[in-house]
Amino acid sequence: MSSSPTRLYIPCDSAALSVGADRIAAKIAQDAKQRGLNIDIVRNGSRGLLSLEPLIEVETSQGRIAYGPVRSKDISSLFDANFLAGAEHPLRIGSIEAHPAFKAQTRLSFARVGVIDPLSIDDYKAHGGFKGLAKAITLSSSQIIEQVTQSGLRGRGGAGFPTGIKWQTVFKAEADQKYIVCNADEGDSGTFADRMLMEGDPFTLIEGMIIAACAVGATRGYIYIRSEYPHAMKTMSAAIALAHEHGYLGPNILGSAHSFTLEARLGAGAYICGEETSLLESLEGKRGIVRAKPPLPALEGLFGKPTIVNNVLTLGAIPFILAEGGQAYADFGRNKSRGTLPVQLAGNIKHGGLYEVPFGMSIRSIIMDLGGGTYSGRPIRAVQIGGPLGAYLPAHMLDIPLDYEALSAQKALLGHGGIVVFDDTVDMAKQARFAFEFCAKESCGKCTPCRIGAVRGAEVVNRIIANQDREKNKIVLRDLCEVMTDGSLCAMGGLTPMPVMSAVTHFPEDFDQMPDRKAAE
Amino acid sequence: MSLIKEIDYGTPIRVNTDQVTLTIDGVNVTVPKGTSVMAAAMMMGTAIPKLCATDMLEPFGSCRMCLVEIEGRRGTPASCTTPAENGMVVHTQNERLAKLRKGVMELYISDHPLDCLTCAANGDCELQDMAGAVGLRDVRYGYEGENHFKSVKDQSNPYFDYDPAKCIVCNRCVRACEEVQGTFALTITGRGFDSRVSTSADNFLGSECVSCGACVQACPTATLVEKSIVEMGQPDHSKVTTCAYCGVGCSFKAEMQGTRVVRMVPYKDGKANEGHSCIKGRFAWGYATHKDRMTKPMVRAKITDPWREVSWEEAIQKVASEFKRLQQNYGKDSIGAITSSRCTNEEVFLIQKMVRAGFGNNNVDTCARVCHSPTGYGLKTTFGTSAGTQDFKSVEDADVILVIGANPTDGHPVFASRMKKRLRQGAHLIIADPRSIDLVKSPHIKADYHLKLLPGTNVALINALAHVIVTEGLVKEDYVRERCDWADFEAWARFIAEERHSPEQTQAYTGVPAQDMRQAARLYATGGNAAIYYGLGVTEHSQGSTMVMGMANLAMATGNIGRRGVGVNPLRGQNNVQGSCDMGSFPHEFSGYRHVSDDATRSMFASLWGVSLDEEPGLRIPNMLDEAVEGRFRGLFVQGEDIAQSDPNTQHVIAGLEAMDCVVVQDLFLNETAKYAHVFLPGASFLEKDGTFTNAERRISRVRQVMPPLAGRQEWQIICDISEAMGYPMHYTHPSEIMDEIAQLTPTFKNVSYQKIDEMGSIQWPCNDAAPEGTPIMHIDHFVRGKGKFMLTEFVPTEERTGPRFPLLLTTGRILSQYNVGAQTRRTANTAWHPEDVLEIHPFDAEARGIRDGDLVALASRKGDISLHAKISERMQPGVVYTTFHHANTGANVITTDYSDWATDCPEYKVTAVEVRRTNSLSSWQEDFNEDDKRLTRIEAVNAAE
Repeated sequence: MSSSPTRLYIPCDSAALSVGADRIAAKIAQDAKQRGLNIDIVRNGSRGLLSLEPLIEVETSQGRIAYGPVRSKDISSLFDANFLAGAEHPLRIGSIEAHPAFKAQTRLSFARVGVIDPLSIDDYKAHGGFKGLAKAITLSSSQIIEQVTQSGLRGRGGAGFPTGIKWQTVFKAEADQKYIVCNADEGDSGTFADRMLMEGDPFTLIEGMIIAACAVGATRGYIYIRSEYPHAMKTMSAAIALAHEHGYLGPNILGSAHSFTLEARLGAGAYICGEETSLLESLEGKRGIVRAKPPLPALEGLFGKPTIVNNVLTLGAIPFILAEGGQAYADFGRNKSRGTLPVQLAGNIKHGGLYEVPFGMSIRSIIMDLGGGTYSGRPIRAVQIGGPLGAYLPAHMLDIPLDYEALSAQKALLGHGGIVVFDDTVDMAKQARFAFEFCAKESCGKCTPCRIGAVRGAEVVNRIIANQDREKNKIVLRDLCEVMTDGSLCAMGGLTPMPVMSAVTHFPEDFDQMPDRKAAE
Repeated sequence: MSLIKEIDYGTPIRVNTDQVTLTIDGVNVTVPKGTSVMAAAMMMGTAIPKLCATDMLEPFGSCRMCLVEIEGRRGTPASCTTPAENGMVVHTQNERLAKLRKGVMELYISDHPLDCLTCAANGDCELQDMAGAVGLRDVRYGYEGENHFKSVKDQSNPYFDYDPAKCIVCNRCVRACEEVQGTFALTITGRGFDSRVSTSADNFLGSECVSCGACVQACPTATLVEKSIVEMGQPDHSKVTTCAYCGVGCSFKAEMQGTRVVRMVPYKDGKANEGHSCIKGRFAWGYATHKDRMTKPMVRAKITDPWREVSWEEAIQKVASEFKRLQQNYGKDSIGAITSSRCTNEEVFLIQKMVRAGFGNNNVDTCARVCHSPTGYGLKTTFGTSAGTQDFKSVEDADVILVIGANPTDGHPVFASRMKKRLRQGAHLIIADPRSIDLVKSPHIKADYHLKLLPGTNVALINALAHVIVTEGLVKEDYVRERCDWADFEAWARFIAEERHSPEQTQAYTGVPAQDMRQAARLYATGGNAAIYYGLGVTEHSQGSTMVMGMANLAMATGNIGRRGVGVNPLRGQNNVQGSCDMGSFPHEFSGYRHVSDDATRSMFASLWGVSLDEEPGLRIPNMLDEAVEGRFRGLFVQGEDIAQSDPNTQHVIAGLEAMDCVVVQDLFLNETAKYAHVFLPGASFLEKDGTFTNAERRISRVRQVMPPLAGRQEWQIICDISEAMGYPMHYTHPSEIMDEIAQLTPTFKNVSYQKIDEMGSIQWPCNDAAPEGTPIMHIDHFVRGKGKFMLTEFVPTEERTGPRFPLLLTTGRILSQYNVGAQTRRTANTAWHPEDVLEIHPFDAEARGIRDGDLVALASRKGDISLHAKISERMQPGVVYTTFHHANTGANVITTDYSDWATDCPEYKVTAVEVRRTNSLSSWQEDFNEDDKRLTRIEAVNAAE
């Protein structure tokens, strides 16, 4: 085997693994050996077009040629067809960059995901990595924060709070210790962007956190990863160790005066720990229950010290902003929603996956043009945006643009960018009940409206479904939603009424069906 | 009389010189910065509905009843978690808020049993009050949904019940356990609707819960409720009084139904405890009406005779005639008295007055002899005052806390909680103790250094610490030059700098690694405000007084005296040990620590009392007993003390008592000493009398009578009666008049009166023209004695040594749930936690002797032997064993020796050479004890015709 090996990319992303990527990789390696072919398999992240996974890319003279979705049974035919040279085959996709669903995207934060070896610092640097950091260490704290402010970046965890202002608050706070905490407790149903970034390009997150640390004078950081993400945890931990080894973490980063150490911590399986104050409690080793605000975590956060708590996607946007300048990021988007959002399509969708698009694109276009409509082929009836606490929008409202304020005006929210699609077989009363059930299961139990309200809410919806005192119970439901919205301590209880009331508002007929008829169906 | 209801501001009162002004419901109110909107509203008289908020606890924000509207802010923020800000415009009531609160209450009640009428909290339930306040009329959710109605009660704790069915998950109990008590025994288990209060064990009794009652007090419903309330119902009136257990001196509301105590509730305005309590004060008051209480005077000719109940007149005549006869036959010095640190200042003052003026001698001593007499001696010598230097609050400003020979979480639990709070805030902790006491490592607390010294080597240790400070240039020279006698300092510095005091040299004695001593010394000297807290592990040694002076030296050398956060602080064992010493209980001192040989003082007393007074100091307790054995001391009046159990070398004590002709015991119970008595005078518990106690911080607090004395007479009256029968009448109509006389005769008490105490709540002496409001912190500008005096503290090892026959060292102490000789606590349900004294022994020592956990072992010293069960414990160090002395039938003091402090005769309880071996029987002393327990306590049957 004298010739240089042919490089293959087979994702190690959890979504790819779930459809057999490991098995495929092993078989390809084995078959290549048997055939006496010299190959080099790189386990990359996923390009995000999940219906194509496992997606194999081969480095050829024509560039990277993709094949997918590859099953075990396809492997010998791929070899037979000489896929290692990028040859034709029924599964051949060609260049992924040229794929319409990929081409339509603007990949800023996810530029390297699916492209590089996640744990190669060289690969990372070769693709523009650490450019932002190199810039940041030449800037003062205020100048870094200025760039972030100028970018118009807002918290991607869901609240949409301007990142620059949060950083400025932490920067201004005087303390002997400050922290950067990354919220990677990605619990919203139908969202997976945090995981894909951590599994596919962990150094982007690390770089974003180092820049945040430089901006506010923090010396310690934690990434709080949900327990359901063992692969992300493994990749993140390995990347952190590499970054420490190579002087990107630790004392005097890149010869500067900045010091920053970083640690990945695993959660314990509570959705509520995605709420920032619960996350901090959990990180401190306590029960994950919500803290009252004030004090803001920016002033009294982890262990009572000023703390930036940012989502993975927020911090993941930072390297680009610093490398290319805040304005370059702000050039994308519309109104107060600047830059891009990695949208995640799930539910009854033909091409589920991650699509990073600029703000302003319409929801319908995202679902139809990128996602290819429903998986079942039936008409869309409802779309839930922003996770289990987001509103259900009816099909006729989908021309609304991706924009925090535009959604807010419709009593909806963008959340973490998850879009879950339902076709016309969905029963929205049951979805409303599910919202309460979810809240009852995941409530931390601290505040009364959420702790008791969620349980009562499910009971009330059941009575409505069963047509027991239906009209009276609809009033009770409305009153309960008001108490939960205005009275809850955090967004968990406070937003549970959003899916409920959106279902009631947009799909009233589902709350008026006769139970016997439904049972007969 | 009515039930005292304290205002609850909802969130803690903040102290801040910066003020903010806001508008609440159209009214301007100015409050300290940091005050919550809720507390600000309460300050102007507006009670915003609340359930999870209470001013003993930091705001939590969970109940969502206290939501308000603030102009310019989104939504409806919780008023408990929102700090008041300048210019804020708050609305606490409007239609939206009313609907919201009613909606929240509707949710609460949908999972709450509707048994209000039969509920223990009926009439004292915040949930009930709030349901009323928001006008809840209907629960539209019904009661068929998910609920906790069938939860099982936890009734394991003897004092309170936990009923999860009534829990509203306000977390007040959990937070009280954490923030107030610092035990972290409680948590919430489950999430969401499943959330319920829980301990780490199956039930409360089996958990780390120390039964302080903070959770019960914090509970707004009947979820955690006193069993006494369950049984008796709600109290109808209450009075503020002072706990009669330890030297912390907690203020309590005695909540009553008529003359029956329903419960004791810590009083928030009590400055010693700030609304906190421990298991003893809060719950263990049942002894006051225990069936063992003696209510009739009794006499007998010989101790082997049965007791005969007699009238008060007969008993008093018997005492007077016997004492007079003894003085006639054996001289005036043949009788004396022992005052009790359990009794009030007024009662103690009268005893010593009776002795000095009535008996005509100075043969009065007090049980402080056996605990803190070295404190008085040592601190008077160095600083000029026989008392601790700080108030308890001072600990909030301490940066380094040095605990020596004290076990605050067991002995002084309420102060320990305040200390732990400061430690959780980040103060450093150094512990010098032979054992790993709880404070060494407990939730969120870890000692920086645990100097695990061998018993009996305190002085070597303190010298080593001082050596480091002097030789490493850590002395605060400016302070010493200005405040202390420089020549004394120089002499001391030369002495202490000698190499033989270095940590490296002394570690041979102390067993503490030299490096630990060095680092601890540096921390103490340079860590900011450093405060020493100590207990009987310092004083009860042959060098007790030396050690007290050694600590004073250390504090002076580092400038740690005379401001908040510093000081040398004795943790006093008994409720009034400070007071009994202040009141002139020692044979050589009048009240206020003035020597009897001082002519001016003596003549002042003599002229007011109208008698001439002896200028020679009288006998100390051990001397009384020695003299009794010699036949020269024949009569003793013992006020509320049990020397036969508490004093060392029991067999010698008993020999002394048995040799006397007339022993008079005044006590609540027929105690061990009463077995050797000829006259028994039933005493009155703290619930039955008026008076004052003085706690460890020199704080004089009122004891207020809530029930009539069971025996029909006040103790002060009895003393007056005896004195009169002996020919020296005293004339008082109320204890306040006794205090007036104390004030008249005692410069440090000059401005103290009941009226002033009532006005101020409590007073810390000195309280006189120079300090009209009392003195929280002493020695602020200068030491009371003028210049602080450094004393040379040569380490002289005790003569009590281990050897082949007695290779182990025994040290004794006490435990949280029991109190001293146990006369009170053994007559309460506290025995659930500590039914017997056990011997704690390190696994190595146990292994070497084939002892397993729970084995009966014989503990023998050169003085005697007893049997008790072994408890194998890594809290001990190898070579050291430990037991408590709460149970008379254990006889811990059968073991202890006659060695005592060179200056004050305080016994060396803390060091006894012993051996331990397995046994299968009680010791002969214990067998005799069990027999005597029947033989010497018989009471003659009352005439059947009656």
